[in-house]
Amino acid sequence: MVDIWEGLSAAFWLIVHFDAELWEISLRSLRVTLTALVIASAIAIPLGTYLAVQRFRYRRFTISMINALMGLPPVVVGLVVYILLSRSGPFGVLNLLFTPTAMIIAQVIIITPVIASIAHQSMRELWAEYHDLLISLNTSKWQRILTLVRDGRRNLLTAALAGFGRAIGEVGAIMIVGGNIDHVTRVLTTAIALETGKGDFALALGLGFVLIGLAIVVNLAIHTLSRTEREGQW
Amino acid sequence: MVSSLFPLKLQDVAVRRQGKRIIGPIDLVLNPHGPTIVIGPNGSGKTTLLRVMHGIERINDGSVTWTAPDPSKHAFVFQSPIVLRRSVAENLAYPLRLLKTPAGQIRETVGYWLDRIGLASGQNSPATRLSGGERQKLAIARALVRKPDVLFLDEPCANLDGHATREIETLLQEIAAAGTQLVMATHDMGQARRLAHNLVFMLDGKIHETGPAKTKFSAPQTEALAAFLRGDIVT
Repeated sequence: MVDIWEGLSAAFWLIVHFDAELWEISLRSLRVTLTALVIASAIAIPLGTYLAVQRFRYRRFTISMINALMGLPPVVVGLVVYILLSRSGPFGVLNLLFTPTAMIIAQVIIITPVIASIAHQSMRELWAEYHDLLISLNTSKWQRILTLVRDGRRNLLTAALAGFGRAIGEVGAIMIVGGNIDHVTRVLTTAIALETGKGDFALALGLGFVLIGLAIVVNLAIHTLSRTEREGQW
Repeated sequence: MVSSLFPLKLQDVAVRRQGKRIIGPIDLVLNPHGPTIVIGPNGSGKTTLLRVMHGIERINDGSVTWTAPDPSKHAFVFQSPIVLRRSVAENLAYPLRLLKTPAGQIRETVGYWLDRIGLASGQNSPATRLSGGERQKLAIARALVRKPDVLFLDEPCANLDGHATREIETLLQEIAAAGTQLVMATHDMGQARRLAHNLVFMLDGKIHETGPAKTKFSAPQTEALAAFLRGDIVT
Protein backbone atom coordinates (compact mmCIF):
# COMPACT_ATOMS: atom_id res chain seq x y z
CA MET A 1 0.00 0.00 0.00
CA VAL A 2 2.88 2.31 0.86
CA ASP A 3 4.37 1.57 -2.57
CA ILE A 4 1.17 2.68 -4.27
CA TRP A 5 1.14 5.98 -2.41
CA GLU A 6 4.79 6.44 -3.19
CA GLY A 7 4.00 5.67 -6.82
CA LEU A 8 1.21 8.22 -6.89
CA SER A 9 3.48 10.73 -5.25
CA ALA A 10 6.26 9.98 -7.76
CA ALA A 11 3.83 10.36 -10.65
CA PHE A 12 2.61 13.66 -9.26
CA TRP A 13 6.13 15.09 -8.87
CA LEU A 14 7.25 13.80 -12.27
CA ILE A 15 4.37 15.64 -13.85
CA VAL A 16 4.51 18.87 -11.88
CA HIS A 17 8.27 19.16 -12.32
CA PHE A 18 7.88 18.68 -16.09
CA ASP A 19 10.50 15.94 -15.90
CA ALA A 20 12.23 16.09 -19.29
CA GLU A 21 12.80 12.36 -19.56
CA LEU A 22 9.22 11.61 -18.65
CA TRP A 23 7.97 13.96 -21.35
CA GLU A 24 10.34 12.45 -23.87
CA ILE A 25 9.28 8.84 -23.29
CA SER A 26 5.61 9.79 -22.95
CA LEU A 27 5.68 11.59 -26.28
CA ARG A 28 7.54 8.68 -27.86
CA SER A 29 4.92 6.28 -26.47
CA LEU A 30 2.18 8.41 -27.97
CA ARG A 31 3.95 8.85 -31.29
CA VAL A 32 4.64 5.12 -31.71
CA THR A 33 1.17 4.05 -30.58
CA LEU A 34 -0.80 6.65 -32.53
CA THR A 35 1.19 5.99 -35.69
CA ALA A 36 0.59 2.26 -35.32
CA LEU A 37 -3.09 2.97 -34.63
CA VAL A 38 -3.52 5.06 -37.78
CA ILE A 39 -1.81 2.46 -39.96
CA ALA A 40 -3.64 -0.48 -38.38
CA SER A 41 -7.01 1.33 -38.65
CA ALA A 42 -6.38 2.12 -42.31
CA ILE A 43 -5.91 -1.62 -42.91
CA ALA A 44 -8.39 -3.10 -40.44
CA ILE A 45 -11.48 -0.90 -40.91
CA PRO A 46 -11.84 -1.43 -44.68
CA LEU A 47 -10.95 -5.11 -44.18
CA GLY A 48 -13.56 -5.62 -41.45
CA THR A 49 -16.20 -3.81 -43.51
CA TYR A 50 -15.32 -5.71 -46.67
CA LEU A 51 -15.70 -8.99 -44.80
CA ALA A 52 -19.14 -7.85 -43.66
CA VAL A 53 -20.49 -7.02 -47.12
CA GLN A 54 -18.68 -9.45 -49.42
CA ARG A 55 -19.26 -13.17 -49.72
CA PHE A 56 -16.34 -15.22 -51.03
CA ARG A 57 -15.08 -18.77 -50.76
CA TYR A 58 -12.74 -18.48 -47.77
CA ARG A 59 -14.65 -15.73 -45.95
CA ARG A 60 -15.50 -17.76 -42.84
CA PHE A 61 -11.94 -19.04 -42.64
CA THR A 62 -10.58 -15.50 -42.99
CA ILE A 63 -12.86 -14.23 -40.20
CA SER A 64 -11.86 -17.14 -37.96
CA MET A 65 -8.20 -16.42 -38.62
CA ILE A 66 -8.59 -12.74 -37.78
CA ASN A 67 -10.42 -13.62 -34.57
CA ALA A 68 -7.70 -16.11 -33.70
CA LEU A 69 -4.98 -13.54 -34.40
CA MET A 70 -6.52 -11.25 -31.79
CA GLY A 71 -4.79 -13.44 -29.26
CA LEU A 72 -1.37 -13.22 -30.89
CA PRO A 73 1.31 -13.38 -28.16
CA PRO A 74 3.18 -10.04 -28.42
CA VAL A 75 6.47 -11.69 -27.53
CA VAL A 76 6.14 -14.03 -30.52
CA VAL A 77 5.28 -11.08 -32.77
CA GLY A 78 8.32 -9.27 -31.45
CA LEU A 79 10.51 -12.28 -32.09
CA VAL A 80 9.26 -12.73 -35.66
CA VAL A 81 9.67 -9.02 -36.44
CA TYR A 82 13.13 -9.14 -34.85
CA ILE A 83 14.15 -12.04 -37.10
CA LEU A 84 12.75 -10.31 -40.19
CA LEU A 85 14.50 -7.01 -39.43
CA SER A 86 17.78 -8.39 -38.09
CA ARG A 87 20.89 -8.06 -40.26
CA SER A 88 20.61 -11.65 -41.47
CA GLY A 89 16.85 -11.34 -42.05
CA PRO A 90 15.11 -10.50 -45.35
CA PHE A 91 14.60 -6.84 -44.35
CA GLY A 92 17.90 -6.38 -42.56
CA VAL A 93 19.12 -4.04 -45.27
CA LEU A 94 16.55 -1.47 -44.13
CA ASN A 95 18.33 -1.06 -40.76
CA LEU A 96 15.07 -0.77 -38.88
CA LEU A 97 15.83 -2.94 -35.88
CA PHE A 98 15.98 -1.01 -32.59
CA THR A 99 14.18 1.97 -34.06
CA PRO A 100 10.71 3.36 -33.33
CA THR A 101 9.70 2.19 -36.83
CA ALA A 102 10.33 -1.42 -35.80
CA MET A 103 8.16 -0.84 -32.72
CA ILE A 104 5.40 0.57 -34.93
CA ILE A 105 5.59 -2.45 -37.24
CA ALA A 106 5.23 -4.84 -34.29
CA GLN A 107 2.30 -2.87 -32.87
CA VAL A 108 0.52 -2.75 -36.23
CA ILE A 109 0.77 -6.55 -36.45
CA ILE A 110 -0.60 -6.93 -32.93
CA ILE A 111 -3.54 -4.50 -33.12
CA THR A 112 -4.72 -4.91 -36.73
CA PRO A 113 -6.61 -8.16 -35.96
CA VAL A 114 -8.15 -6.57 -32.85
CA ILE A 115 -9.51 -3.59 -34.77
CA ALA A 116 -10.53 -5.71 -37.80
CA SER A 117 -12.44 -8.18 -35.67
CA ILE A 118 -14.38 -5.57 -33.69
CA ALA A 119 -14.97 -3.54 -36.87
CA HIS A 120 -16.26 -6.62 -38.67
CA GLN A 121 -18.66 -7.43 -35.85
CA SER A 122 -20.19 -3.95 -35.78
CA MET A 123 -20.24 -3.60 -39.57
CA ARG A 124 -21.97 -6.97 -39.88
CA GLU A 125 -24.80 -5.73 -37.67
CA LEU A 126 -25.09 -2.49 -39.60
CA TRP A 127 -24.99 -4.35 -42.91
CA ALA A 128 -27.88 -6.55 -41.73
CA GLU A 129 -29.82 -3.34 -41.02
CA TYR A 130 -28.93 -1.61 -44.31
CA HIS A 131 -28.70 -4.61 -46.63
CA ASP A 132 -32.08 -4.39 -48.38
CA LEU A 133 -31.94 -0.62 -48.79
CA LEU A 134 -28.44 -0.52 -50.25
CA ILE A 135 -29.18 -3.40 -52.59
CA SER A 136 -32.42 -1.78 -53.72
CA LEU A 137 -30.58 1.48 -54.43
CA ASN A 138 -28.27 -0.44 -56.74
CA THR A 139 -25.15 0.66 -54.87
CA SER A 140 -21.69 -0.50 -55.86
CA LYS A 141 -19.54 -2.51 -53.47
CA TRP A 142 -17.40 0.55 -52.81
CA GLN A 143 -20.45 2.73 -52.07
CA ARG A 144 -21.72 0.14 -49.60
CA ILE A 145 -18.40 0.07 -47.75
CA LEU A 146 -18.21 3.86 -47.62
CA THR A 147 -21.79 4.10 -46.37
CA LEU A 148 -21.22 1.55 -43.63
CA VAL A 149 -17.95 3.16 -42.54
CA ARG A 150 -19.57 6.59 -42.42
CA ASP A 151 -22.70 5.54 -40.57
CA GLY A 152 -20.90 3.09 -38.31
CA ARG A 153 -18.08 5.45 -37.41
CA ARG A 154 -18.97 5.52 -33.70
CA ASN A 155 -18.60 1.75 -33.48
CA LEU A 156 -15.42 1.91 -35.53
CA LEU A 157 -14.06 4.47 -33.10
CA THR A 158 -14.63 1.96 -30.32
CA ALA A 159 -12.73 -0.63 -32.37
CA ALA A 160 -9.86 1.81 -32.87
CA LEU A 161 -9.79 2.68 -29.17
CA ALA A 162 -9.61 -1.01 -28.30
CA GLY A 163 -6.57 -1.18 -30.58
CA PHE A 164 -5.10 1.90 -28.92
CA GLY A 165 -5.57 0.34 -25.49
CA ARG A 166 -3.80 -2.82 -26.59
CA ALA A 167 -0.93 -0.88 -28.21
CA ILE A 168 -0.24 1.71 -25.51
CA GLY A 169 0.10 -1.00 -22.87
CA GLU A 170 2.20 -3.34 -24.99
CA VAL A 171 5.66 -4.18 -23.74
CA GLY A 172 6.82 -7.63 -24.91
CA ALA A 173 7.16 -7.03 -28.64
CA ILE A 174 8.48 -3.48 -28.48
CA MET A 175 11.04 -4.46 -25.90
CA ILE A 176 12.42 -7.07 -28.29
CA VAL A 177 12.38 -5.01 -31.51
CA GLY A 178 13.05 -1.62 -29.87
CA GLY A 179 15.63 -2.70 -27.35
CA ASN A 180 14.56 -0.10 -24.75
CA ILE A 181 17.42 2.21 -25.74
CA ASP A 182 17.52 5.44 -23.75
CA HIS A 183 16.54 8.50 -25.81
CA VAL A 184 15.88 6.29 -28.86
CA THR A 185 13.30 3.58 -28.26
CA ARG A 186 12.44 3.84 -24.57
CA VAL A 187 8.71 4.21 -24.02
CA LEU A 188 6.58 4.20 -20.90
CA THR A 189 5.99 0.45 -20.77
CA THR A 190 9.60 -0.51 -21.35
CA ALA A 191 10.71 2.13 -18.83
CA ILE A 192 8.33 0.61 -16.28
CA ALA A 193 9.81 -2.84 -16.95
CA LEU A 194 13.30 -1.41 -16.55
CA GLU A 195 12.58 0.41 -13.26
CA THR A 196 10.84 -2.65 -11.87
CA GLY A 197 13.89 -4.72 -12.74
CA LYS A 198 16.08 -2.18 -10.93
CA GLY A 199 13.82 -2.41 -7.87
CA ASP A 200 12.65 1.22 -8.06
CA PHE A 201 9.00 0.36 -7.57
CA ALA A 202 7.93 3.90 -6.73
CA LEU A 203 9.24 5.27 -10.03
CA ALA A 204 7.85 2.26 -11.92
CA LEU A 205 4.43 2.83 -10.36
CA GLY A 206 4.70 6.53 -11.04
CA LEU A 207 5.34 5.83 -14.72
CA GLY A 208 2.45 3.34 -14.63
CA PHE A 209 0.07 6.01 -13.35
CA VAL A 210 1.30 8.39 -16.03
CA LEU A 211 0.61 5.67 -18.62
CA ILE A 212 -2.92 5.14 -17.31
CA GLY A 213 -3.52 8.88 -17.26
CA LEU A 214 -2.26 9.20 -20.81
CA ALA A 215 -4.57 6.43 -22.02
CA ILE A 216 -7.54 8.08 -20.32
CA VAL A 217 -6.68 11.52 -21.72
CA VAL A 218 -6.34 10.18 -25.29
CA ASN A 219 -9.64 8.27 -25.01
CA LEU A 220 -11.45 11.32 -23.66
CA ALA A 221 -9.89 13.56 -26.29
CA ILE A 222 -10.97 11.26 -29.12
CA HIS A 223 -14.49 10.95 -27.71
CA THR A 224 -14.74 14.71 -27.28
CA LEU A 225 -13.37 15.49 -30.73
CA SER A 226 -15.68 12.98 -32.38
CA ARG A 227 -18.63 14.10 -30.23
CA THR A 228 -19.80 10.55 -29.54
CA GLU A 229 -21.98 11.51 -26.60
CA ARG A 230 -23.34 14.70 -28.07
CA GLU A 231 -27.10 15.10 -28.12
CA GLY A 232 -28.62 14.32 -31.47
CA GLN A 233 -25.56 12.59 -32.86
CA TRP A 234 -24.72 8.94 -33.33
CA MET B 1 -48.76 8.22 -68.37
CA VAL B 2 -47.29 4.75 -68.82
CA SER B 3 -43.61 4.28 -68.22
CA SER B 4 -41.45 3.03 -71.07
CA LEU B 5 -40.28 0.34 -68.65
CA PHE B 6 -43.55 -1.51 -69.11
CA PRO B 7 -44.77 -4.08 -69.85
CA LEU B 8 -42.96 -6.11 -67.23
CA LYS B 9 -43.01 -9.81 -68.04
CA LEU B 10 -42.50 -12.63 -65.57
CA GLN B 11 -42.21 -16.04 -67.20
CA ASP B 12 -42.18 -19.28 -65.23
CA VAL B 13 -40.58 -17.49 -62.29
CA ALA B 14 -39.85 -19.59 -59.23
CA VAL B 15 -38.01 -18.82 -56.01
CA ARG B 16 -36.88 -21.61 -53.72
CA ARG B 17 -34.97 -21.35 -50.48
CA GLN B 18 -33.36 -24.40 -48.91
CA GLY B 19 -35.41 -26.66 -51.14
CA LYS B 20 -38.70 -25.01 -50.18
CA ARG B 21 -40.75 -23.28 -52.86
CA ILE B 22 -41.47 -19.69 -51.86
CA ILE B 23 -43.22 -18.61 -55.06
CA GLY B 24 -43.82 -20.05 -58.48
CA PRO B 25 -44.30 -20.92 -61.12
CA ILE B 26 -45.49 -17.40 -61.92
CA ASP B 27 -46.44 -15.98 -65.29
CA LEU B 28 -47.50 -12.36 -65.24
CA VAL B 29 -47.52 -9.43 -67.62
CA LEU B 30 -47.75 -6.11 -65.86
CA ASN B 31 -48.72 -3.11 -67.93
CA PRO B 32 -50.54 -0.93 -65.46
CA HIS B 33 -52.39 2.33 -65.98
CA GLY B 34 -52.82 2.91 -62.26
CA PRO B 35 -51.84 1.42 -58.91
CA THR B 36 -51.45 -2.35 -58.86
CA ILE B 37 -52.24 -3.88 -55.50
CA VAL B 38 -51.01 -7.34 -54.60
CA ILE B 39 -53.18 -9.02 -51.99
CA GLY B 40 -53.17 -12.42 -50.37
CA PRO B 41 -52.88 -14.11 -47.01
CA ASN B 42 -49.71 -14.01 -44.94
CA GLY B 43 -47.01 -16.19 -46.48
CA SER B 44 -48.63 -16.22 -49.90
CA GLY B 45 -45.52 -14.70 -51.49
CA LYS B 46 -46.51 -11.03 -51.94
CA THR B 47 -43.25 -9.64 -50.63
CA THR B 48 -41.13 -12.10 -52.61
CA LEU B 49 -43.04 -11.28 -55.80
CA LEU B 50 -42.35 -7.55 -55.34
CA ARG B 51 -38.69 -8.19 -54.56
CA VAL B 52 -38.37 -10.35 -57.67
CA MET B 53 -39.90 -7.61 -59.83
CA HIS B 54 -37.53 -5.02 -58.33
CA GLY B 55 -34.57 -7.33 -58.88
CA ILE B 56 -33.42 -7.74 -55.29
CA GLU B 57 -34.50 -11.37 -54.94
CA ARG B 58 -32.62 -14.10 -56.75
CA ILE B 59 -34.85 -16.33 -58.86
CA ASN B 60 -34.20 -20.03 -59.37
CA ASP B 61 -36.21 -20.49 -62.55
CA GLY B 62 -37.77 -18.36 -65.26
CA SER B 63 -37.12 -14.79 -66.29
CA VAL B 64 -38.10 -11.24 -65.37
CA THR B 65 -38.02 -8.87 -68.33
CA TRP B 66 -38.52 -5.13 -68.30
CA THR B 67 -39.18 -3.60 -71.70
CA ALA B 68 -36.52 -0.95 -71.07
CA PRO B 69 -34.42 -2.20 -68.16
CA ASP B 70 -33.16 0.61 -65.93
CA PRO B 71 -32.76 -0.19 -62.22
CA SER B 72 -32.57 3.50 -61.35
CA LYS B 73 -36.13 3.92 -62.65
CA HIS B 74 -37.72 1.78 -59.97
CA ALA B 75 -37.54 2.06 -56.21
CA PHE B 76 -38.65 0.00 -53.24
CA VAL B 77 -40.20 0.85 -49.88
CA PHE B 78 -39.93 -1.87 -47.27
CA GLN B 79 -42.49 -2.93 -44.71
CA SER B 80 -40.22 -1.94 -41.84
CA PRO B 81 -38.82 1.38 -42.99
CA ILE B 82 -35.04 1.37 -43.14
CA VAL B 83 -33.60 4.71 -42.13
CA LEU B 84 -29.93 5.52 -42.34
CA ARG B 85 -28.21 6.61 -39.12
CA ARG B 86 -28.13 10.15 -40.41
CA SER B 87 -30.28 13.23 -40.21
CA VAL B 88 -33.67 13.35 -41.90
CA ALA B 89 -32.30 15.62 -44.64
CA GLU B 90 -29.24 13.41 -45.16
CA ASN B 91 -31.50 10.39 -45.61
CA LEU B 92 -33.24 12.18 -48.45
CA ALA B 93 -29.98 13.36 -49.97
CA TYR B 94 -28.38 9.91 -49.89
CA PRO B 95 -29.80 8.40 -53.14
CA LEU B 96 -28.91 11.60 -54.99
CA ARG B 97 -25.37 11.63 -53.64
CA LEU B 98 -24.92 8.10 -54.98
CA LEU B 99 -25.67 9.50 -58.43
CA LYS B 100 -23.24 12.40 -57.88
CA THR B 101 -26.06 14.92 -58.29
CA PRO B 102 -24.89 18.55 -58.03
CA ALA B 103 -25.17 20.00 -54.51
CA GLY B 104 -27.62 22.72 -55.53
CA GLN B 105 -29.99 20.23 -57.08
CA ILE B 106 -29.75 18.00 -54.00
CA ARG B 107 -30.63 20.94 -51.73
CA GLU B 108 -33.59 21.86 -53.90
CA THR B 109 -34.95 18.30 -54.14
CA VAL B 110 -34.44 17.58 -50.43
CA GLY B 111 -36.14 20.87 -49.51
CA TYR B 112 -39.11 20.04 -51.72
CA TRP B 113 -39.58 16.58 -50.18
CA LEU B 114 -39.07 17.81 -46.62
CA ASP B 115 -41.93 20.25 -47.13
CA ARG B 116 -44.01 17.64 -48.90
CA ILE B 117 -43.81 15.10 -46.07
CA GLY B 118 -44.00 17.72 -43.30
CA LEU B 119 -40.59 17.07 -41.78
CA ALA B 120 -38.87 20.36 -42.68
CA SER B 121 -38.73 21.55 -39.07
CA GLY B 122 -36.87 18.43 -37.96
CA GLN B 123 -34.63 18.07 -40.98
CA ASN B 124 -31.45 18.03 -38.90
CA SER B 125 -32.73 15.57 -36.31
CA PRO B 126 -31.58 11.96 -36.38
CA ALA B 127 -33.96 9.97 -38.56
CA THR B 128 -33.88 7.12 -36.06
CA ARG B 129 -35.86 9.31 -33.65
CA LEU B 130 -38.85 9.64 -35.96
CA SER B 131 -42.14 7.89 -35.25
CA GLY B 132 -43.15 4.86 -37.31
CA GLY B 133 -45.38 6.92 -39.60
CA GLU B 134 -42.75 9.61 -40.08
CA ARG B 135 -40.11 7.00 -40.84
CA GLN B 136 -42.32 5.45 -43.48
CA LYS B 137 -43.04 8.84 -45.06
CA LEU B 138 -39.31 9.51 -45.08
CA ALA B 139 -38.66 6.11 -46.68
CA ILE B 140 -41.25 6.83 -49.38
CA ALA B 141 -39.84 10.30 -50.04
CA ARG B 142 -36.30 8.90 -50.20
CA ALA B 143 -37.48 6.36 -52.74
CA LEU B 144 -39.01 9.17 -54.78
CA VAL B 145 -36.15 11.68 -54.86
CA ARG B 146 -34.73 9.98 -57.93
CA LYS B 147 -38.10 10.36 -59.67
CA PRO B 148 -38.62 6.66 -60.36
CA ASP B 149 -41.20 5.52 -62.91
CA VAL B 150 -42.23 2.63 -60.68
CA LEU B 151 -42.47 2.46 -56.90
CA PHE B 152 -42.77 -0.90 -55.18
CA LEU B 153 -44.23 -0.78 -51.70
CA ASP B 154 -44.32 -3.74 -49.36
CA GLU B 155 -47.17 -3.19 -46.89
CA PRO B 156 -46.06 0.37 -46.15
CA CYS B 157 -48.85 0.98 -43.64
CA ALA B 158 -48.50 -2.22 -41.63
CA ASN B 159 -48.26 -1.40 -37.91
CA LEU B 160 -49.20 2.24 -38.45
CA ASP B 161 -52.17 3.99 -36.83
CA GLY B 162 -55.11 5.36 -38.82
CA HIS B 163 -53.79 8.91 -38.98
CA ALA B 164 -50.38 7.87 -40.34
CA THR B 165 -52.03 5.45 -42.76
CA ARG B 166 -54.26 8.20 -44.12
CA GLU B 167 -51.28 10.55 -44.58
CA ILE B 168 -49.36 7.89 -46.46
CA GLU B 169 -52.31 6.93 -48.61
CA THR B 170 -52.84 10.57 -49.54
CA LEU B 171 -49.17 10.86 -50.48
CA LEU B 172 -49.39 7.68 -52.55
CA GLN B 173 -52.52 8.89 -54.35
CA GLU B 174 -50.76 12.16 -55.21
CA ILE B 175 -47.72 10.28 -56.48
CA ALA B 176 -49.88 7.96 -58.56
CA ALA B 177 -51.79 10.92 -59.97
CA ALA B 178 -48.46 12.49 -60.96
CA GLY B 179 -47.67 9.42 -63.07
CA THR B 180 -45.57 7.13 -60.88
CA GLN B 181 -46.73 3.53 -61.19
CA LEU B 182 -47.35 1.99 -57.79
CA VAL B 183 -47.07 -1.73 -57.21
CA MET B 184 -48.00 -2.37 -53.61
CA ALA B 185 -48.56 -5.39 -51.42
CA THR B 186 -51.10 -5.10 -48.64
CA HIS B 187 -53.25 -7.30 -46.47
CA ASP B 188 -55.56 -4.37 -45.67
CA MET B 189 -58.62 -4.89 -47.87
CA GLY B 190 -59.93 -1.40 -47.15
CA GLN B 191 -56.67 0.07 -48.38
CA ALA B 192 -56.69 -2.19 -51.42
CA ARG B 193 -60.18 -1.00 -52.33
CA ARG B 194 -59.20 2.65 -51.86
CA LEU B 195 -56.04 2.50 -53.94
CA ALA B 196 -56.25 -0.35 -56.42
CA HIS B 197 -56.63 0.07 -60.12
CA ASN B 198 -55.39 -3.42 -60.88
CA LEU B 199 -55.51 -6.35 -58.50
CA VAL B 200 -53.20 -9.35 -58.16
CA PHE B 201 -54.39 -12.05 -55.76
CA MET B 202 -51.73 -14.45 -54.53
CA LEU B 203 -52.26 -17.74 -52.82
CA ASP B 204 -49.69 -20.36 -51.88
CA GLY B 205 -46.90 -18.72 -53.84
CA LYS B 206 -48.89 -18.45 -57.07
CA ILE B 207 -50.95 -15.80 -58.75
CA HIS B 208 -54.45 -17.01 -58.24
CA GLU B 209 -56.34 -14.23 -59.95
CA THR B 210 -55.48 -10.93 -61.58
CA GLY B 211 -57.32 -8.17 -63.41
CA PRO B 212 -58.99 -4.77 -63.04
CA ALA B 213 -59.69 -4.05 -59.38
CA LYS B 214 -63.31 -2.96 -59.88
CA THR B 215 -64.21 -6.24 -61.55
CA LYS B 216 -62.29 -8.38 -59.11
CA PHE B 217 -63.79 -6.73 -56.05
CA SER B 218 -67.35 -6.88 -57.39
CA ALA B 219 -67.22 -10.25 -59.16
CA PRO B 220 -64.28 -12.45 -58.12
CA GLN B 221 -63.85 -15.40 -60.43
CA THR B 222 -62.63 -17.89 -57.86
CA GLU B 223 -64.06 -18.99 -54.53
CA ALA B 224 -60.69 -18.37 -52.88
CA LEU B 225 -60.68 -14.67 -53.78
CA ALA B 226 -64.35 -14.32 -52.85
CA ALA B 227 -63.64 -15.91 -49.48
CA PHE B 228 -60.56 -13.72 -48.96
CA LEU B 229 -62.54 -10.57 -49.75
CA ARG B 230 -65.25 -11.68 -47.30
CA GLY B 231 -62.58 -11.91 -44.64
CA ASP B 232 -62.61 -15.69 -44.37
CA ILE B 233 -59.40 -17.49 -43.59
CA VAL B 234 -57.90 -18.69 -46.86
CA THR B 235 -54.88 -20.98 -46.99
